Amino acid sequence: MTEKVGVYICHCGSNIAGVVDVEEVAKWAGENLEGVAVSREYKFMCSSLGQELIEDDIKNEGLTRVVVAACSPHLHERTFRRACANAGLNPYLCHMASIREQVSWVVEDNEVATEKAKAMIAGAVNRVQLHEELEPSLVPVNPNTLVVGGGIAGIQASLELADAGYPVYLVEREPSIGGHMAQFDKTFPTLDCAACILTPKMSDVGAHPNINLLSYSEVEEVSGYVGNFSVRIKKKAKYVDEELCTGCGICIEKCPKKVIDDVFEAGMGYRKSIYRPFPQAVPNIPVIDTVSCTYFETGKCKACEIFCPTEAIDFEQQDSYLDIDVGNIILATGYDLFDCKTIPQYGYGRLANVFTSLEFERMCNASGPTEGKIVLRDGVTEPESVAIIHCVGSRDENYNRYCSAICCMSSLKFGHLVVEKTDAEVFSCYIDMRTNQKGYEEFYERLLEEGMNFVRGKVAEVTDAFRLPGEEGKLIVQVEDTLLGIQRRIPVDMVILMAALEPRADAREVGLQFGIACSMEGWFTERHPKLDPVATMTDGIFIAGAAQGPKDIPAVVAQGAAAAARVQGMITKGTVEIEPVVATITEEMCSGCRICNTLCPFNAIEYLEDKEVSYINTALCKGCGTCVAACPAQAISGAHYSNEQIFAEIEGLLYDVISGNGAKAPQVEQEPVPA
Amino acid sequence: MTKKGKLANYWAASCGGCEIAVLGINEKILDVANAFDIVLWPVAVDAKIHSIEKMEDKSIDLCLFNGAIRTSEQEYMARLLRAKSKVMVAFGSCAHEGCIPGLANVTNREEIFQTAYHDTPSTDNPEGIRPQTETEVDEGMLYLPVFYDTVKTLGQTIEVDYYLPGCPPEPERIWDSIFAKLEGKLPAPGSVIGAETTVCDDCPRTREEKKITEFKRTWEIIPDPETCLLEQGLVCCGIATRAGCGALCPTVGSPCIGCYGPNEGVEDFGARMMTALASVIDSEDPEEIDRIIHEGIPDPVGTFYRFSLAASQLRRSTLAADGDGEAAASA
Ligand SMILES: Cc1cc2nc3c(=O)[nH]c(=O)nc-3n(C[C@H](O)[C@H](O)[C@H](O)COP(=O)(O)OP(=O)(O)OC[C@H]3O[C@@H](n4cnc5c(N)ncnc54)[C@H](O)[C@@H]3O)c2cc1C
Ligand code: SF4
Ligand code: SF4
Ligand code: SF4
Ligand code: SF4
Ligand code: SF4
Repeated sequence: MTEKVGVYICHCGSNIAGVVDVEEVAKWAGENLEGVAVSREYKFMCSSLGQELIEDDIKNEGLTRVVVAACSPHLHERTFRRACANAGLNPYLCHMASIREQVSWVVEDNEVATEKAKAMIAGAVNRVQLHEELEPSLVPVNPNTLVVGGGIAGIQASLELADAGYPVYLVEREPSIGGHMAQFDKTFPTLDCAACILTPKMSDVGAHPNINLLSYSEVEEVSGYVGNFSVRIKKKAKYVDEELCTGCGICIEKCPKKVIDDVFEAGMGYRKSIYRPFPQAVPNIPVIDTVSCTYFETGKCKACEIFCPTEAIDFEQQDSYLDIDVGNIILATGYDLFDCKTIPQYGYGRLANVFTSLEFERMCNASGPTEGKIVLRDGVTEPESVAIIHCVGSRDENYNRYCSAICCMSSLKFGHLVVEKTDAEVFSCYIDMRTNQKGYEEFYERLLEEGMNFVRGKVAEVTDAFRLPGEEGKLIVQVEDTLLGIQRRIPVDMVILMAALEPRADAREVGLQFGIACSMEGWFTERHPKLDPVATMTDGIFIAGAAQGPKDIPAVVAQGAAAAARVQGMITKGTVEIEPVVATITEEMCSGCRICNTLCPFNAIEYLEDKEVSYINTALCKGCGTCVAACPAQAISGAHYSNEQIFAEIEGLLYDVISGNGAKAPQVEQEPVPA
Repeated sequence: MTKKGKLANYWAASCGGCEIAVLGINEKILDVANAFDIVLWPVAVDAKIHSIEKMEDKSIDLCLFNGAIRTSEQEYMARLLRAKSKVMVAFGSCAHEGCIPGLANVTNREEIFQTAYHDTPSTDNPEGIRPQTETEVDEGMLYLPVFYDTVKTLGQTIEVDYYLPGCPPEPERIWDSIFAKLEGKLPAPGSVIGAETTVCDDCPRTREEKKITEFKRTWEIIPDPETCLLEQGLVCCGIATRAGCGALCPTVGSPCIGCYGPNEGVEDFGARMMTALASVIDSEDPEEIDRIIHEGIPDPVGTFYRFSLAASQLRRSTLAADGDGEAAASA
C-alpha cells in the first residue's frame, strides 16, 4: 500500500489522556503501523488549532489518509471530514477511532485501555487505506412542510413557517387543533387564561392562506427522503361537507344523542353524537361519531340533516385520501396522561372523589362541565379540604423513572385555584418541589403566602376506611411527613392525582412510520440532547414539544419555533447534500431472487420486472446495510463498508494476535509422508 | 495445435463422480486425446507416480485435480502435481470447497476411528486394531498415510490456478475450461471458472417478494411446478449458489442444495444463506422465529454448509489446544 496516513490522537482534556497513555500510543503508531507517515497527539483535536494540525500535514506532508482517534464519530466526524476537505483531501478518506466512548470511558485499567486504544487505531489505519473518494449528490428541497399534531407545539411551528411565506400542511387527528392546552383554564406561573392566549393562535392557523389544515386526519404512508417526501394523508369521514358547513352548530343543538366525552372533557362531561370538542374549535366544523350516532346504529333519526340550514350533512361520506409532496416534516404529537388506575392504592376509579389532574383542569374551566365550580363528584358539594398528590406515576421505578417536569407547577396552580374559588384547606404532598424556570420559585412563594400546606413525603395510600375521630365520610391520605418525621393521616374531601406525562400510546409506530427512534420510554429521540434538540437522526424529520419529553408550554413553544427555523434554513438553502454512503446493486451479479425486495426500511429497493433484477434508489438509501448483509449473491455492496474495509479493520484490531497478513490456510498438521 | 500437450487427472478424497463427469463430455474426449498425452489418470490410464516424480517441473500443461485433502498421501500428490504442472485446476466441489468429505470437520480423527473401527454394528474387531502409519512385518516396514484431523481444500494446501465448481461439474463447463486452456483464453489466475450470478438467474420459476412463514422438508409437500420453491417453504440454496449448472435441480422441482458453491466474492456460503433466509422470515416474535427455524431446519450445518464447511470461515469444530485430535469441550 502506498498511502501516507496521518494519525492524530486527542487527549480530550483529561477525558482520554487521563486513562490512555496518549504519548505512548502516538509513538507506537508512528513506529509500528504500516503506512503511517505522521503520528501526533494533541489536547483538543476538535479545536481550530487541532484541525489546523491536520490541514497543515495534508498540505506539507502530502498525507493521503487521516485517522483521528478521539470521541465518537457521532460527535465530530463532520468536523474532521471538513478539516480534510479544507485542505483538499476528499472527506471520506478520513476515519475516526472512538477511543473515548469505546475506550477511556469504559475501560478502568490504564494499561488495558492503552492497549485497546492501540488496537482500535491499528484497525482504523488498516481500514482507511482502503477508503475510496466519495462525492455527495445534491437534491432540491421542496418548500412545503408537513406538521403532524396541532397542539401548541405544532401550532407554533406552523405559524412561524406560514408567516415566513412557506406552505404548511398541518395534520391533526382530533376534530380540532389545540391539544392539551385547549383543555386548561389557567396556565402557570402567570395565570394567563389558556383560551385567551391559545384561541387567537388557533384562529390564525385556521385562516392563514399558507396553512392547509387537515383536521380529523392521520398520516397513512410516508416515503421519500429529505427535501422530497411523499405523504399520503387519510381524512376520516366527518359526515359533514366542509364546503357547505358554516359552523352554525344547529345540528349539535338538535342532536338527541348525548355521550360521555372521554377525550376533551376527560370523562367529566357530555357531548353530542355530532360534535366539536369545544365552542372555539378550529376548524369549527362538527363531526359525527358513528359509534354512538342513532342513525348509524338504528337507521333512524337524521335530526342533524333535517335541521342543517345548508344541507351540509352527508351520511354517505367516505374516508378520503390526499397525496402531498413535502420537503420536511415536523412531528409534534404531544403526550398521553398516565392511567391513574394503575396505582390501585390511590383509589382512582374506586373512590369517587379522587380526581386526575386533567379532570380537575376541566372542572376549573369556565366552559367546562361544572362551569368552573370546584365541586365533588356529586356536582354540588364544595370541598372543605383538598389534597394534591405529586409524582403519580413519575419518579417511581414501578412506573416511570423520569420526572414529568410540569406537575409541581400544576399543583401550585391548582392550589391557587382552590384557594381562590373555595374556602377549602389545601395540602400538597410532594417528594421534592421542582420550580426551576423563570417566575416559578416566586409562584411557589406566593402559594406559601396564600396558605397552601406542604407535606414532604410520598403518599402511601388514599382510603375511605376511617379509624380516628373526624375521618368518617372523608378520604384519608396516609403519608409520612419526612420533615416532621411522623406518619400523618390527613382527612380530606377531595384528592387530585398529578398524573405523569407519558409518550403517546402509538409513539413507537409513529416513530417507525417516519423512520425515527424512540427512547426506552417511548419519547422521540433527538439528534443530540444538548446541541441538536429538534433534529432527528433522519434528515428532514424534526420533532417539537412534549413528544420529545415532558415539558411546559414555554419550552414547547420554543421548540416549535426552533423546528420551524431549522426547516426554513433547509428551504432557504434550496438544496441538500445526500450522503454518498449508500448501497448499490451490481446488475450482472443480481439473480433477481427478490430476497432484498421487502427489507429496506426506507423503501429504496425496487424490482425491475423487465430486467429481472433489483435496483436501489440511492437518494432514498441511508446506507444502513440491511440489504447488503441479506443478499445471498453478494450483488449489493455498501460504499464505505466493503468487505475488504471491514476485514482490514478486524485484522488491524487483532494486530497482536494475527501474525503477518493472517495466513488463511491452517498450519499443516504433519509433514507429508511419501506414499 | 501442433505439439501435443501433457494432461494429468488425479483424485484425492472424493466419490469418483468427477471422474465420470470428465467422460460426460462424450465424443469430445477424443479431441482431448488428440490434444494431450495423458500422463496420469489412475481411473483410466496406467501410469506410475515415480515417473511423475522424475518429470521436470512445469512439464505438465494441465492438471485436473479432484478431491479434498484428507491424508498425507493426498497432500503429497497435490504438492507433487503442483510442482510439475503449469496449470492446476481444483476440479469439482471437493477440491474447491471440501464438499461432503469436508463435513467430517464437525468431528475429528479420534471420533472417526472410534466409529469406523469399533462402534458400528457391522465392525468385527475384537483386538481393537487401528490403522498405524508404520507397521513392521517380516518383510520390512509398511507405511500408511497419516489420516489428518482436518479435511482441507486443495486451495488450502497448494496454490491453485483455477477452480471448477460443481458436484460434479457439468460437462459443458469442463469442456469450456479445457477448451479455454487449449485456446489460451484462461481468465486471471485464482478465478473460479463460472458465472458471476446465482442459480435463480437460470431458474425458470416465477418469483415474488419473499416472505417465509414456514420451512418445509422436501418430503412434506409436492411443490407447485411454476413458482419459486423457496417461496413454497423449501430451503432452496439457488439464491446463494453460483450459476453454472443450468438450474438443474429447481427446474425439476428439487431445491438447489448448493453444489456450485458461493457466488463470486462471497467469503462464506452458509453465512450468506442464513442472513438471507433470516431476513425474510415473516414474523416479529422471537419465539415464533425460533420455532420456524428449529422445526424447519433441523440440520443447519448439513443444510447451509453441505459443500463448503472446509472452505468456510467456520472450517471445523474446535479442537483441544494440545492438538492431539481430541475435540475441545466446547465443540
Ligand atoms: C394537568 C396539566 C396541566 C398543565 N398545565 C400547564 C400550565 O399551566 N402551563 C404550562 O406551561 N404547561 C402546562 N402543562 C403542560 C402542557 O400541557 C404541555 O407542555 C403542552 O400542552 C404540550 O404541547 P404539545 O403541542 O407538545 O402536545 P399536545 O398538547 O399533547 O398536542 C399534541 C397534538 O397532536 C395530536 N396528535 C397526536 N398524535 C397524532 C398523530 N399521530 N397524528 C395527528 N395528530 C396527532 C393530538 O391530538 C394533539 O392535538 C400541563 C400539563 C398537564 C397534564
Ligand atoms: S343522526 Fe346522529 S349525529 Fe345526527 S342528530 Fe341523529 S344522533 Fe345526532
Ligand atoms: S437479494 Fe441480491 S440477488 Fe437477490 S434480488 Fe436482491 S440484489 Fe438481486
Ligand atoms: S442499505 Fe439497503 S436496506 Fe439499507 S437503506 Fe440502503 S437500500 Fe435500504
Ligand atoms: S426455486 Fe430456488 S433457484 Fe428457483 S428462483 Fe426459487 S430460490 Fe431461486
Ligand atoms: S441446482 Fe444446485 S445442487 Fe443442483 S446441480 Fe445446480 S448447483 Fe448443484
